[in-house]
Amino acid sequence: MTTPTSGLLDRHLSFIEALRGAGLSVSLAEDIDSVAALGAVGWGDREHVRDVLAATLMKRQQHRTTFDALFDVYFPALVGDGVTQRGISSLTDPDGDEIPRDAEADRVRDNGEALQEFRDRLAEALESGDQQLLRQLAAEMVGRFGAMPGRGPGLSSWSSYTALQRVAPQELVDRIAQGLTGDMDDEGRLQDARRLANRRVGGFTRLVEDDARRRIAEEKGPDHVADVAIRPSIDKLAFTAARRTDLEEMRRQIFPLARQLATRLTKEHRAHRRGALDFRRTVRASIATGGVPLTTHHRPKRPHRTDLVVLCDVSGSVANFAQFTLLFVFALRESFQSMRAFTFIDHVHEVTEHLQPGADPVDVLEKLAASSSYAALWGRTNYGRAFAKFEEQYADALNPKTTLLILGDARSNYTDLEDKTLDRLVGSVRRAHWLNPEPVTSWGAGDSAAKTYREIVPMVECRNLTQLQEFVHDLL
Amino acid sequence: MTWFESPTQAAALLTEAGYLADHATATTTYLAGALEKPLLLEGPAGVGKTELAKAVSRATGADLVRLQCYEGLDEARALYEWNYKKQLLRIQAQTGAAEGVDWDQTHDDIFSEEFLLTRPLLTAIRREEPTVLLIDEVDKTDIEVEGLLLEVLSDFQVTIPELGTVAATRRPFVVLTSNASRELSEAVKRRCLYLHLDYPDAEREREILQAQVPDLDDRIAEQLVATVGKLRDLELKKAPSIAESVDWARTLIALEIRDLDDKAITDTLGAVLKHASDQARAVKELRLNR
Repeated sequence: MTTPTSGLLDRHLSFIEALRGAGLSVSLAEDIDSVAALGAVGWGDREHVRDVLAATLMKRQQHRTTFDALFDVYFPALVGDGVTQRGISSLTDPDGDEIPRDAEADRVRDNGEALQEFRDRLAEALESGDQQLLRQLAAEMVGRFGAMPGRGPGLSSWSSYTALQRVAPQELVDRIAQGLTGDMDDEGRLQDARRLANRRVGGFTRLVEDDARRRIAEEKGPDHVADVAIRPSIDKLAFTAARRTDLEEMRRQIFPLARQLATRLTKEHRAHRRGALDFRRTVRASIATGGVPLTTHHRPKRPHRTDLVVLCDVSGSVANFAQFTLLFVFALRESFQSMRAFTFIDHVHEVTEHLQPGADPVDVLEKLAASSSYAALWGRTNYGRAFAKFEEQYADALNPKTTLLILGDARSNYTDLEDKTLDRLVGSVRRAHWLNPEPVTSWGAGDSAAKTYREIVPMVECRNLTQLQEFVHDLL
Repeated sequence: MTWFESPTQAAALLTEAGYLADHATATTTYLAGALEKPLLLEGPAGVGKTELAKAVSRATGADLVRLQCYEGLDEARALYEWNYKKQLLRIQAQTGAAEGVDWDQTHDDIFSEEFLLTRPLLTAIRREEPTVLLIDEVDKTDIEVEGLLLEVLSDFQVTIPELGTVAATRRPFVVLTSNASRELSEAVKRRCLYLHLDYPDAEREREILQAQVPDLDDRIAEQLVATVGKLRDLELKKAPSIAESVDWARTLIALEIRDLDDKAITDTLGAVLKHASDQARAVKELRLNR
């Protein structure tokens, strides 16, 4: 082929490759659909293109963030500094007046004064909440404060981190909140305004990160960014790698996930329930077919419900994981006969009382976090001591019908492991499982006692929500 | 027939039919018509998934055929069924009338159009007029029904052993809705266009409220939308959706509440939040009982 191509198809194909790399299963048929759809809608409007590609390629809402990030990388809204530096005449301030062209050109790229001036403009824009303006400011911010020229090859020359550190939009929250409430000194309204301001700043931070990614993609090619900078979707994100916002997102996901799992379980149980023949229902049903019993009906099998005892490590390193798992199991409470939960660091504390049916998940988490201090005596994780204490104080919790669930990374600070005690505990219950939030490869490395403990209890890797869901499904 | 001319025209027609679509919804709806592919809608309960299908039928003047899915839905309820009782009558009538009737004749008779009971899927395919086929809450069905849908959704045809294959004379506009209570199979998803409907932004929600509840005055609409927005920010078991906002607006009008102050909110919170723990949380977070 000698005809010059626009490169559009190549770009599209590498976009599809990147989506597949990020864990979206895009089939060839969907790929063809997307091109056909673009033919119908046209390339005129970037947002249309995004909608079209989303409708045809992405079939699961959890993938939306990943999809958007990749779309911005492969189909950037602007190139280089875009309109902020060059086509200034199209830029207008919120009143509709045009910003004079020379004023912009005269601006120094980066010094204290410029920073102050930029922060003022940013605060104003955040107060008004003008998305268009904020997007331009984000591009300008990375361009002026996030540049790292003269770095060696292989290192990216734009950094959202540097830009965010310099401008520190988080510090503007109070100022914006003040501006939003006006002069009124009302505590309630100030609270609301602060919430709003926080959300806007959060949104702006994301814009800045997107812009930095876009610039890097421009320099290094999108494939590089797709490999390096795109975070996995929330259900595949490791508990230990989660940021604070991710944790909030995960917490919101817990109840929907639990409900999904519960539905799936009911369906499966129904499918397998072929108990004894229900004579009466079979005969009754046969009346419709003239007395010929075409379909047989069966009595449902009695569902088996377990007593669950959860023992979780709440020390700093795995606290998030333990809380999530506890909350997830708790959300499925109806599937268990009874449930008792204990937390430990080097001492054991019962937290069953916090897990009341119908309780508010946020409250539960707060109470759990507050009560974790009871689980510590010296504050250094000690699995051996925790097991010994558990056997001493709460041995009555375990009986031959119980399922014992231990949550933790098995990092015991080189203390006595008390594996004999654990062996006795496991011996006294029907089933026992250990969930470990660390990848299998690091089990047994450093102070991890996973190798010892996994001989006694079957240990399962559980790093993200998907794995957690799978495990709980198999448990029930 | 073409369903819509362009995304913009789709948006305009939908607005006329009383459905305020954002640009993603309009584009995807247009595409579903242009590519003749089924449209899979997902999203929380009460954001207007079913309503979109109804709006498409209103906007294009097509008739709506609805298949409500539930657990235990089977071929006989979704596709077609032979009218067994009528067939039985027919056989009895024939044997009564004359001795020695040809069996082949009878056999051909009782498996003909006359004895076929068409169910929504077959109805939609056989219709000559433009049709919107709404398959509501697909996630409630069993996996087997999904298998059944595959043939219908990809080729728009149904195979009836006794009659042969019935192909659609005119492809219906198919809308599937799901609450994502379980993951649909890849095979179904692959054949569909996907659209996730979410809670609208404040501006659009106010427009929707004003379109749905014309008696509502602007100030109270604004207050209501702001409050619902705040409620959605809280971590609730079930965040209020558009359906709940509309209910709330109607409640306020019925109670002749002119100003949505803290007391009014507390009194009518039951219209938006349906869990006791959610209400307690809302009262606490919004500091309603000071």
